[in-house]
This record gives sequence, structure tokens and C-alpha cells, in this order.
Amino acid sequence: MYKIVSKKILAEGIYWMDIEAKRAAKAAQPGQFLIVRLDAKGERIPLTVCDIDREKGTLAIVYQVLGDSTRRMAALEVGDSFHDVVCPLGRPSELVDMSDEELSKLNILFIAGGVGTAPVYPQVKYLKERGFPADVIIGTKTKSTLIMEEEMKEVAKEVFVCTDDGTYGFHGMVTAMFDDLVKNRGKKYDLVVAIGPMIMMKFAAKETAKHNIKTIVSLNPIMVDGTGMCGACRVTVGDEVKFACVDGPEFDASLINFDEAMRRQAMYKSQEGQKMLRYEEGNTFKSSECAQGGAK
Amino acid sequence: MDKKGRVPVREQAPEVRAKNFEEVCYGYNREEAMLEATRCLNCKKPRCVSACPVSINIPEFIMHVKEGDVEAAGRTIARDSALPAVCGRVCPQETQCEGSCILGLRGEPVSIGKLERFVADTNRQQGISFDEKEPANGIKVGVVGSGPAGLTAAGDLAKKGYDVTIFEALHEPGGVLVYGIPEFRLPKEEVVKSEVEGVKKLGVKLETNVIIGRTVTLEELIEEEGFKAFFIGSGAGLPKFMGIPGENANGVASANEFLTRNNLMKAYNPESDTPVMIGKCCVTVGGGNVAMDAARTALRLGSESHIVYRRSKEELPARAEEVHHAIEEGVKFDLLTNPVEILVDEKGWVRGIRCIRMELGEPDASGRRRPQEIPGSEFDIECDTVIMALGTSPNPLISSTTKGLEINKHKCLIVNEETGETTRSGIFAGGDAVTGAATVILAMGAGKTAAAGMDRYLKEKYLNK
Repeated sequence: MYKIVSKKILAEGIYWMDIEAKRAAKAAQPGQFLIVRLDAKGERIPLTVCDIDREKGTLAIVYQVLGDSTRRMAALEVGDSFHDVVCPLGRPSELVDMSDEELSKLNILFIAGGVGTAPVYPQVKYLKERGFPADVIIGTKTKSTLIMEEEMKEVAKEVFVCTDDGTYGFHGMVTAMFDDLVKNRGKKYDLVVAIGPMIMMKFAAKETAKHNIKTIVSLNPIMVDGTGMCGACRVTVGDEVKFACVDGPEFDASLINFDEAMRRQAMYKSQEGQKMLRYEEGNTFKSSECAQGGAK
Repeated sequence: MDKKGRVPVREQAPEVRAKNFEEVCYGYNREEAMLEATRCLNCKKPRCVSACPVSINIPEFIMHVKEGDVEAAGRTIARDSALPAVCGRVCPQETQCEGSCILGLRGEPVSIGKLERFVADTNRQQGISFDEKEPANGIKVGVVGSGPAGLTAAGDLAKKGYDVTIFEALHEPGGVLVYGIPEFRLPKEEVVKSEVEGVKKLGVKLETNVIIGRTVTLEELIEEEGFKAFFIGSGAGLPKFMGIPGENANGVASANEFLTRNNLMKAYNPESDTPVMIGKCCVTVGGGNVAMDAARTALRLGSESHIVYRRSKEELPARAEEVHHAIEEGVKFDLLTNPVEILVDEKGWVRGIRCIRMELGEPDASGRRRPQEIPGSEFDIECDTVIMALGTSPNPLISSTTKGLEINKHKCLIVNEETGETTRSGIFAGGDAVTGAATVILAMGAGKTAAAGMDRYLKEKYLNK
């Protein structure tokens, strides 16, 4: 069992939890992810490692309540436990392997979309610890869904916030914010790391490609085991099929087939929706028909 | 009684079992087992024993069954096998013990597997376990993977007095016994769990959710935590795909994914949080046990279920009993057929599979007749789910994060066949990690060999014996 040692609400429906996982906390690196399982009937849920405290032996996760499992996760309190935590999964960010000399030559920008701000955080923090702070764009729908602005400011060189509705910061999406930075504010970047919803990563990468900036994205496909034994998370990278859980989750954005990745991500959408409906309204529909042939 | 015919075993009726996940075969009761046991000729040079990969003293345990002493029979089996309730169910006995039984020459061989299963089940139900062990010697050893190879090696080493810890990447121990082989062939709660408990009763510690090579490396365990030797039984869990167009469409899964969702995550049970995708018609590609398991699972989830296999019925690598069961339950076999493309609708979902007819040509180096395409014979099967059961290969994570471990071109660990030792001193390996995907009993045999090799190595190095 893996104990929850702290819990914070970052915004409505967005939670931060520190979980005790001693072996894993010792080994985890920025860019890697973990899988949690709530209880004996729980599914395996992949989440990016959002902070690592090696001394306390804890790992942080941030998640938004989107479906039945995250709703139940949000009901857990400090002192409760996850049934399972397996970590670290995937490869560390390639920044971890870079020498100081290589890092010193790079102007790095992180583009974070929504809850994706949380997985960006440990990478930005890591760069600051090595003495090479990076810039960060945080994009969010509206002011009330903005998370971790203060925490990010402590570890980044500069933080730029944009909201889709203009309620806070720059008015516009991350792509417009990026465009403004390079066109109007004289910013120059050699490497962009974009983490957020698949659609945001697709368009962010399209924008950075216009400026010939190498862009890394962290993919979040459907996963089951997370150790390379099933291929549920397979993505097309260049001409090859890769398993995001072992070959990724970070890949060069210019090689990703985003449309295929988004289509595969939606594979279980109606089953997920039915599960939420069952919770909210009770079993008011005939599930055998929907859950099987009608699942598409 | 007629010495030629074996005592039949009771099974669930095909039309009933095709709709549930309960065990197909009920096994023998006491009377049936004792009657079947009388058929054994108690050979002086028992061919069955040498054909068993772990050399169970078969005539001896059957003699005990004949006398009605099931506990004594269990003790005989326990000398050589840690997982009799599993092996009695899933071993391909027709090519092992039963395939060599002298009675088989003129009639039906003794039902050794069903008798082994009866002994294991009966002792378990009576709460009888066999956990005699040598005194503790204080030497710490590790086992990577809790599949059949790892459980066997761990059990044998614990019996020899070693302080054994198993490291398992998934949240539950058992390897393929929990994620691969379905409930209707191998019940998880009653059988697998209690066999794992049996190994734990010998004092074996188990750490789940630990991925060797990621969570911790073998080097760290050796240098920082005092482990003196390791057995690697990490299996062959990396699925193969065909590389044909459409394979990434929604509705195409590896058999590992499909079976893991169902067996480990219990997706067939509405109480489970894990969903599983199944449509009106499911095509499983492949002819091994994994393909049979996937096709029969698809059927039980309510789908029409097809097997597409490129050779003919005679070459099906799956166990005869499982092929027979699948046919009885209504799985349709499209033999001498090979997929060339997965057909995809405008939304990216599977709508069918394009196949080509095959014929068998000349025997290849392995002696099997090589299937070749019949030009122009393409045809489509309409379906909405495709499961790829094409075999698996070992995951390179451990070999790539441990110094001195050499692998061959199939990514399998290279070992000394007599001792199970890898190219690095003190690290042993066995099972699918060494051979590529094979059987449960071969993995157990390799676990036994390596445990004996480790024991010799450790005694020589640390106990001066």
C-alpha cells in the first residue's frame, strides 16, 4: 500500500497528492511517469511524475477529475492509501542526459497546457537546480483553471500565462502566446518542450515548426501495464510503431502522427462516459448494447 | 474395467460454458481418480517420468492415489513441483508425460495431468501444504519475475534455506498465470493465488510493483542491499505485430493487451473499472495457446469469434484439448489463411480484415511445411475487433541495464544449460527469458535447474561446501 501524505486542491477538480513510494522516489527522473491503482477493482491509471522528494521518499501526482476513477481518487484523503504505485516508467527527459555544456547553449521554452502544467514543473525545476532556468508558457481556459503559477515562477526564468478567454494574462491560446514572444518580445528558443492535451501539443508543434525549433512532446495514450508488454499505447513515430510506455513518453513532435494518436486516445470514450453516467444517473440505459457493438 | 480407455472427466457443457468464465473442466472426484489410478502399470523404467520436464515420480504418486492416500501423493509431487494444480491443468501432457505413457501405444495413456490436478486440488481444499525446509543459512538471493519459472526457483531456494525475495513488475504475482491464461482454464482465486501462497509459506518475500531496470537495478540490489545471487525469470512479454496496413486502427489489440484486460484486470466483470473492447465479430490471428485463449475469451464476451491461421489444423501449435474445446464452443477456424491488411472505416475503426489463402509447400529447416500464398486468392472477413496473437519476445530492459548479461539475436538471455548461469557470474536465468515463448512446465523445469545451479554456486562461494 502507498500512503497519501499530502493533498492540495490546485483549482476546481484539479488535485495534487504526494504519495509515499520509497524505492520509486529514489529512482524517478523528470519526464518519467507512474501508474496508480486505487483499490482491488481499480484500473491502472498512468500519470506523469510531477515532483520528486528523495529524502521523504514521496512522489507527487496531479490529476483532474475527468472520469469515474479520478472522481474516486479525489475522494481519498491524507492517510488513505493507493493499492498500487509502480514507478518510474518510460524514459527520463533527454535533458537529464545532456551535459552542462550542451544545456548552457540552449534557450529552452516549456509550453504547458492546462493540467499539463504539473508535469512540466519537475523538468523546469530540474533545469533550475542544474543552473539553467528555462522560460515557461502556461496556457489555460480561464483564470479559475490556472494552476501552479507561483510554484512555476520560483523555478523558471520567466513565466508567461495566457487564457483562452482573456480573464488573466495574455488573451489567447499558447500558440498565439508563443508567436507574440518570438515576434514581438524578441525571444529566441532552440528547444521547446510541450506538454498538455494532445490537440494542444499538435498545434504548438505546428507553430514551433514554422520557426524551425526542435520540439519535444510528452504523449499520453491509453495504457494498461506501462511496461511494454501489451502495445495499447502504440504510436507511429516517423515510419516506426513505438510503444509510448517504454520508448517514450517523450518524442520529437515532428515525427508524431497526432491524428492517429488522438483517434486511438478516444477509443474507450463511450465506455468511459457510460461509467460516469451510471454514477450520476444510475443504470438508466441498456448497457449490453452500448458497451459492446455501440462502443464506437 | 477396460484398461484401454481412461476414466472420462466431467466438463461444463459447451453451450453453457461459452457464455461464462467458470472453469471448463471439473476434474476427477475421489472415486474417478482412484479408478483411473488403477490403470497405471507402475513401470520399472517409467517413460512418463523422463518425459516430465521436472521429473515428478509419477508411478509413485499414482500408487498413493490408488491406495486413497492423497496426502502422500501430494508429498511425492511436492518433491519436484511447486505448482501441481497449475501444471495438472495447463501442461501439454499429450507431448510430455502422457505422450510417453506405455498405455498410449495401444489405447489411451493414463490421465496423469488430471490425477496430478486431483491431488493438488484435494490437498488444497483440506488445507494440507508441503513446506518442509532446511534451516536458514542467512544468504540473501533475489528472483526477478513471479511467473512459473520465478515461483519454482524461489520455492526451491527457500527449501534450501535461502532468504528469498521475488521482485514483480505488475501489481499481482503469477506472471502469465494471472495475466495470460484465462479464468476458464486456470481459476485465479482458488488455484493461482493459493499456489503463490504456498511459495510464500516457505518464507519467500514478494515485492510487487518493482520493475528491475527502472525502479531498482540488479547492481543496486547487489551492492546496496546485500543480494548474493539472482534468478531472472522475466519471461517473454513483448508482443509482436505483423506490420501490415491498418494495424494501428481502433479495435486492433495484441493478445497480451486483450488477455491482460480480461484476466488481470477482470474487464469481463462489470464491477471492474477496466474496460475491454469487443465488437460483434472478432478475428484472432495466430494458432498457439494464446490465440485459443483470446478467441475463447472473445466468444465469452458475446462476440462471434474466428481464428485465422496460416497453416493447417495439424500444425496448430496449441494444445489439442484447447483446440477441441474451442471448436466445441463455436470458435470458427479459417485455416491456411493469412491477413494482408486490416480494413478501416472513415472514423479509423476496424471494419474487416483482408486475407489471402495459403498452401503448404516444401518442409523448411525446422521440418514444418512452409506456407505460401496462393496468388489472387484474397478475400475479406467482416469484423470489428482484431487480436494479434503472433507470439512474444523477451523485454530487453533487464539485459540492457545489467552489466555483463549477454543476449542472442532473439533477445534471449544466454545461459549455461546445465547450471542456468548467465554470462555473468552469480546471475542465473530460465524460462521464456532464455528460450522465448514456451510452456509453463518448461519454465518450471528451467527454474528448478537454475535453483540447483545457484545452490551449488552459493555453497561453494559462501558456505565452503
